[in-house]
Amino acid sequence: MLTVLALASVVLLGIDPSQAIVIYTGWERHALLGSDVRLSCSFFSWRWTSDDVTFSWTYRPDGSKDSISIFHYTGGMAYVDNKGPFRDRLEFVGNPGRRDGSILLKNLDFSDNGTFTCDAKNPPDIVGRPQSSPLRRVPIQAGVITGAIIGVVLGLLVLIVVIYYLMRFLVARRVFSLSVSKHGKKKKEGSQQRQGPAPPADPSKVKAAASEKKKQESRKDKK
Amino acid sequence: MLLILLGVLLLHLIILILLIVSTAASAWSVGEGRNTDLWYSCLTSKDGYHCKPAIDEDWIQAVQALMILSVLFCFFSLIAFLFQLFKLVKGGRFFFTAIFQVFASVFVMCAAIIYTVMSPDDSAHTQFGYAYVLAWVAFPLTLISGLIYIILRKKD
Repeated sequence: MLTVLALASVVLLGIDPSQAIVIYTGWERHALLGSDVRLSCSFFSWRWTSDDVTFSWTYRPDGSKDSISIFHYTGGMAYVDNKGPFRDRLEFVGNPGRRDGSILLKNLDFSDNGTFTCDAKNPPDIVGRPQSSPLRRVPIQAGVITGAIIGVVLGLLVLIVVIYYLMRFLVARRVFSLSVSKHGKKKKEGSQQRQGPAPPADPSKVKAAASEKKKQESRKDKK
Repeated sequence: MLLILLGVLLLHLIILILLIVSTAASAWSVGEGRNTDLWYSCLTSKDGYHCKPAIDEDWIQAVQALMILSVLFCFFSLIAFLFQLFKLVKGGRFFFTAIFQVFASVFVMCAAIIYTVMSPDDSAHTQFGYAYVLAWVAFPLTLISGLIYIILRKKD
């Protein structure tokens, strides 16, 4: 019974060296202009990772039927694109020993919309289906900067108005005095009784003084 | 006094209208069969009239933001003017009105300058359109209006 079970498990686990290699890549990616994108690719194989493992990346632009080869890793050496649209922008960041064949695409360009396909081979396990990973370039969200500038300026405006009214309120309540007047801050009542054309020609203080005067006059009238 | 007030108010309204037209009209750059503005760039071909959103670049969004801000500030200064007209004490100055108007003029100036410097000169036949001219005309008018408000004092 136990032997049957053991045999069955061996068969079910399928230690069958002629299984195909299975390649995994990332899902569809969206990236901003100028950013760096990591295109990941890894594989699963029933065989140990051989020294002759190879990774190949090809790129097919949107709307085109041709694909070009942009990356190849073989014999322990990584060969990046040095003539095509990605020259000087690709970097191998994978770890073949851990079955990782990821590449880094730097400085995303305007025309980098397309599908990247990874093909990995682990000799003698070479039968497999290459996997694709589409990449879409996302322009700066329309209106983000516009909204940010408008929001910041209006926010500052509201803040300044609030602070202004707060200061006026606090000065009127005599919580603290402003020592801007040239005639000194000795007698606040004295300064408030004075007329508008006082040297501190700050219109806000003129208005505050005038409104204070009006309030005092109206209080006197009521008495 | 009433005449001056009406004149100043009329100037303010004209400036507001100029700014709104400049922001909304599709004529900052015109060429043969195509015209662009802050928001869309439209091309007239034999198939018809095709429009696509304006260039996805940072500077056009800054120009959009500055033009909208200048319209808003001009509007705020109009509201502040009407408010201060009735609430200001005798001899007071139209402080808030002037400040908002000056800010509006600074924003229009910045928007027009950024557009002038950064506008793409694709083809030799692209010229600046009337909306661009209106923006440049609105700038000194707004500045003068702001200065008038600084000098203006309420008499009664």
